Amino acid sequence: MKYTIQIVGVGGQGVLLASMVLGNAAMKAGYKVSMSEVHGMAQRGGSVLSTLRFGDNVISPLEATGGADIIMGFEPVETCRSLTLGNKDTKILMNLDPIYPSMVAAGFEEYPNIEELVRSVKNVNQHVATIEATKIALQAGKAVAANAVMIGAIAAIKGFPISKELLKETLMETVPAKFVDLNSKAFDMGYDAMKH
Amino acid sequence: MTDILAKDDQQLLLGNEAITRGLVEAGVKFATTYPGTPSSEIGNILETMAHKTGMYFEFSSNEKVAMETAAAAASSGVRSFTFMKHVGLNVAADPMMTLAYAGVKAGMLILSADDPSAHSSQNEQDNRYYATLSLLPMMEPSTPQEAKDMIKEAYRVSEELTVPLIFRTTTRVNHARSVVKFGSIDESPAIGHFDKDDKRFVNIPAFAKLNRVRLLEISKKAQELSEGSPLNFIEGSGDVGIITSGVSYTYVKEYTSGTSILKLGFTNPLPEKKIAEFIRNKKCIIVVEELEPFVEDQVLRICAQNQLNVPVYGKRSGHLPRQWEFSPDTMKGLADLVKVQEMPVPLDQCSIKLPGRPPTLCAGCPHRGIYAATKKAVGDNPHVYCSDIGCYTLGVQAPFNTADFIICMGGGAGAAGGFAQATDQKAIAFLGDSTFFHAGIPPLTSALFNDHKILMVILDNRTTAMTGHQPNPGTGRTFGNVNTEAIDIEAMVKGVGVKFVKTVNPYDVKEATRVMKEAMEFDGVSVVISKMACPLELKKQKQLINKQYSVDGEKCIKCYTCLKMIACPALIKNKDKTLTVDKTQCIGCGMCANICPKGAISEVKQ
Repeated sequence: MKYTIQIVGVGGQGVLLASMVLGNAAMKAGYKVSMSEVHGMAQRGGSVLSTLRFGDNVISPLEATGGADIIMGFEPVETCRSLTLGNKDTKILMNLDPIYPSMVAAGFEEYPNIEELVRSVKNVNQHVATIEATKIALQAGKAVAANAVMIGAIAAIKGFPISKELLKETLMETVPAKFVDLNSKAFDMGYDAMKH
Repeated sequence: MTDILAKDDQQLLLGNEAITRGLVEAGVKFATTYPGTPSSEIGNILETMAHKTGMYFEFSSNEKVAMETAAAAASSGVRSFTFMKHVGLNVAADPMMTLAYAGVKAGMLILSADDPSAHSSQNEQDNRYYATLSLLPMMEPSTPQEAKDMIKEAYRVSEELTVPLIFRTTTRVNHARSVVKFGSIDESPAIGHFDKDDKRFVNIPAFAKLNRVRLLEISKKAQELSEGSPLNFIEGSGDVGIITSGVSYTYVKEYTSGTSILKLGFTNPLPEKKIAEFIRNKKCIIVVEELEPFVEDQVLRICAQNQLNVPVYGKRSGHLPRQWEFSPDTMKGLADLVKVQEMPVPLDQCSIKLPGRPPTLCAGCPHRGIYAATKKAVGDNPHVYCSDIGCYTLGVQAPFNTADFIICMGGGAGAAGGFAQATDQKAIAFLGDSTFFHAGIPPLTSALFNDHKILMVILDNRTTAMTGHQPNPGTGRTFGNVNTEAIDIEAMVKGVGVKFVKTVNPYDVKEATRVMKEAMEFDGVSVVISKMACPLELKKQKQLINKQYSVDGEKCIKCYTCLKMIACPALIKNKDKTLTVDKTQCIGCGMCANICPKGAISEVKQ
């Protein structure tokens, strides 16, 4: 077995933290793990991509184009930007809450309509699950817990090879003690949102 | 979750974390650097844990100094480590070339973190040629585990040969993450003693000539070590032979099959006999390596010298690219030579036009203010904006467009002298506090000396921000049980003889504009220091005073002066053309309020 998650989003969204939680859970599940992260200039509000591969015999830190088993999209435009990482069988988990690029915020560029973005993804792939992770995180208590919502959501994706319990346990070990309750709640809400 | 100092454990480590564990296991007691991606995390980790292992660690003012400092330690019998990004080795190449002649007493590794695809660099040079240029031995790991394990062996080899060893990584080793099994921790002395030996350590011509011979003998011995090294091994079988090194090995291993692989970890000097033996009786040889045909060209030579008439494929044959980093997709180029794993058909690109998301200066970044002030002050006067390597390279974007010329650290300031002399344009050099100490002082003294009327703007945000907030001589040192005072840039600049030196608060754009105008008119070298701490650093230190600003819709005349001048990501232009402040991003610096012509932006009273 080999499994590849391509996690895409924007610097500051907690993409790297989420990939660490997933990676550590995969290690605990006894898999070989190989990951690769984008660092450096990307942390200044740019696009972020983290590749996580695990299974019986993964060696390379990168996956071939189209080879993702799942694309975990923290931001709608970034999900669309990274579509070529997946193929027609790839599962796509797509957060619908946008983060505006600076030129959009300043009114120099337009942010596309979210429904149209979702439709364009669904046109090419049948396995799209959407979630409003930031809104759910706010309900849980704080917007920063959106990555915990996303981890909860991925646990609910059919066929995801790491158990919900192990993912949650690893998340709880990763976050600072004072945020354990917030993240626990956010994780559960993310999981439930997918189950409905 | 990550504990580099844990005993007998396995952890999911970043390549750079694995490297620090390797240093601990090898008992390294002295390390130096100037921060540079993809090597930066090594320093961030050492800063916090070096003292726990009795290791001395410092951020030096540049890579050259880092090399020289580490060389002294290794020459005194203390195992030392100096590390930098690929372009950093250009800065440090000068001492390195002669250090090879002098050699070392204890082991010394020089880590060069190369950046194929130039993810966060100004070029994608292949530093393996520094190994052949300097005649120093070189090793290249393929994975985080191997990076950690190889370090002990690298120190052993460095000590056996009595010269430093180049430890070359690339982005996908430094920033790969995998499960790393820990090993035992060796001890080595933290305090050494330098024994005077002029013939070795004083490379005047008479001695350098002899040391050249000594180095060539060491190189021969290195060749033998490479031949027998367990780091160069053969896997698999088949009449197609693949010779590979670095991260490329992982792509070969996972995405191709049915071949015999010679995996090289000790890559200078190459194990020539082993390579010749491997090639003999093969149908063909494929060399898979990122960037330049470094191994490939030597393989072609080895074939010629051994009368081996076996075709060699790789970059020279056009099967593999010479530009950018490799990936599993790169293996598709070998499909007519070897069995390549079938890859799924990727989805088409999104049909909707997506807005770009380039990295940008943060909300409340003080650089936004000084750029706005500069633009205002410059007006229509002819000018060239010379920039440096750091956050301010992002000034290249609209609405600032304040970077016309960027080549290297300190390079903009040096070029400014050239533009000032050779054109009728005003040359304005932007550089950061850290880059000023790195390589900004020599071009400043040169401008004074040669009467180049440049304007140097030092964007002093009190940290080395782009690489992750490492300290520099301008911040003072408060780690590793050493406390030193911050060096006063203004006093220093005055000290070298600059007559016009003014410090401004970039959040006060109006006042900064006035000072910039004055500086531009000054007949001579002028320096403006734009001094305001990086908000991200303040946030990390829990020192950011969080204030909030808001736009008064009644007073706002929708002139968008704020957007045009500062374009702060916290200022949002809504669909109905009104402006609002994004509360989650605004840090309350007040820059936008300062430039609003109608006083429509003001602080929200809590």
